[in-house]
Amino acid sequence: MMPEPAAAQDKRVAIEARGIVKQFGEGAGALRALDDVSVAIRENEFFTLLGPSGCGKTTLLRMIAGFEFPTEGAILLYGEDIAGLPPFKRPINTVFQSYALFPHLTVWENVAFGLEMLGRPRAEIAARVAEMLRLVRLEELARRRTDQISGGQAQRVALARALAPAPKVLLLDEPLSALDYKLRKEMQIELKRMQSETGITFVFVTHDQEEALTMSDRIAVMSRGRVLQIGTPWDIYDKPADRFVADFIGETNFITASVLGVEQGVATVRLSSGAEIPATIAEGLVPKSEATIVVRPEHARAVPAGGQLTGIVENVVYFGTDTHIHIKLAGGELFMVRQQNSRTQSCGFEVGDRAGIEIAPDAAQILRD
Amino acid sequence: MASRPHFDIRRQPGFVAIALFTFAVLYLPIATLVAYAFNASDSVTVWGGLSLRWFVEASRNAAVQDAAWRSFVIATSAATVATIAATMAAIATTRTPPYRGLGFKYAFINQPLMVPEIVTAVALLIVFSRIKVWTGYSGLGYLILAHTAFCIPFAYLPIRARLESMDSSLERAAADLYATPWRAFRRVTLPLLRPGIIAGFMLAFVISLDDVVITEFVKSGGQDTLPTYMLGQIRREVTPEVNAIATAFLALSVLLVTVFFVINRKKA
Repeated sequence: MMPEPAAAQDKRVAIEARGIVKQFGEGAGALRALDDVSVAIRENEFFTLLGPSGCGKTTLLRMIAGFEFPTEGAILLYGEDIAGLPPFKRPINTVFQSYALFPHLTVWENVAFGLEMLGRPRAEIAARVAEMLRLVRLEELARRRTDQISGGQAQRVALARALAPAPKVLLLDEPLSALDYKLRKEMQIELKRMQSETGITFVFVTHDQEEALTMSDRIAVMSRGRVLQIGTPWDIYDKPADRFVADFIGETNFITASVLGVEQGVATVRLSSGAEIPATIAEGLVPKSEATIVVRPEHARAVPAGGQLTGIVENVVYFGTDTHIHIKLAGGELFMVRQQNSRTQSCGFEVGDRAGIEIAPDAAQILRD
Repeated sequence: MASRPHFDIRRQPGFVAIALFTFAVLYLPIATLVAYAFNASDSVTVWGGLSLRWFVEASRNAAVQDAAWRSFVIATSAATVATIAATMAAIATTRTPPYRGLGFKYAFINQPLMVPEIVTAVALLIVFSRIKVWTGYSGLGYLILAHTAFCIPFAYLPIRARLESMDSSLERAAADLYATPWRAFRRVTLPLLRPGIIAGFMLAFVISLDDVVITEFVKSGGQDTLPTYMLGQIRREVTPEVNAIATAFLALSVLLVTVFFVINRKKA
């Protein structure tokens, strides 16, 4: 695994999935939704399960909640196996994708539901519900019915309801996917604030890589029932373990190169143009002579002359904050460069121009295919 | 006809004529029946002026009162038991992952809708007459039991529809918030199911109230319900009293069915 900050390693593991296999059906038609998945989530961590739909992230979340039971493996809550416990016996609460607010109850009654089921005294419930409504800033809506509030408010009620019983772990199943862009951005910040205020371990499921990068302490990238990489957002983005991770997170240029030699963990590779550049190597990889290297668009610059690669500008796309310049290399491959915009000057390239590509010295990494 | 957006059935030749004819066949006899309920004369065919005479006579008739009360008792008991059974059946058939034999189970529950009523009637007559001999009991229990049986599918349908349209993540949310299965049912499923249950009960009630064939076979002497009493009356001399009872009956049914639709349409 990736090296991690020493402080993080001291923390206790709150919830752990160990060797989880989930198989639907039998024999040849059997489908492995989860295939030997192991994840250890630390106390007070904002941990994200990230992957495309069907990768198994929601199945894993449902398994932690108790709605799904593993075919093999263990779910450990502070070291205790809870895989056989029904959901109502687990000190874990969920924010559902559809929010699943009880339509026949008021906002206040929704938030109080878990505490009532736990048999807490009435005074304690009232105080706790008030505290939670304050946390999500919905005090004035306490008496409303849940069909009389907006989507963003429903989202907050769902959060307050799940946080009220002070669970050991809070599960969030794509909770922001139904919100519009602006509200989603606001809620991302709100969620982070609530996590640090409550000190509860958050397990967040999403297919949105940007959301994962901005909110998480650590991310597990999943694909086809497997965990491909676990690490900090920085690890995942800048040191992707394999091609899938590099491709799924952010935008990436893949180029083929020949490996000339390795010295102290850094390889020297020759590009199609003949230029030689240094490249770091993905964890535990012994590079072959032909390799795929990955360069993020913002780690390269388009220049009028020079550069390690040259080509013809095929497309210039303006994004407000930056401009994407698509350059067709001599070998036919496309290379994208991202350049910060200035208010008064254009990027200086037009379709059909010749352009050189200058790759930053620490930009390239050799990937596992 | 999605593939032919310009096709409009209302523009087809004969549409209006067919529609009018169909409505006439459906409603003209009922309209006539209702009109003659307000007839002042002794005849169901000769008009003698507007009057509420036959409503008054019917309501004063001890046999009508007796039959009406019996109909009410049977319908209430049968609909209550049927609704409870139907609710349990609906939960058992919708709140489980689909499995082989589930379709068979639906068919089994809805069997009374498919078996010809006369077959059920004869079968019940034979079985119940045996039991009557063994036990010596010949009270209303048989009628209530028989009505319960054929009311179950009618109560089952709206309850199941309601359950199927209900977001099952609500029940998961309850379980997630420490509700045991029973408390999740009491606090979440049942309150949300209430409109379906009321609708199911009312449908069952109307169906029971309306039944002739099975009642006629199963009833013991002196156990007439309103419909079988009316049938008996028609065999003798027909007076507008029958029209008056039928009209009152119709009004009640229309009322219940209307309430049924209003409840079902209301979003919970």
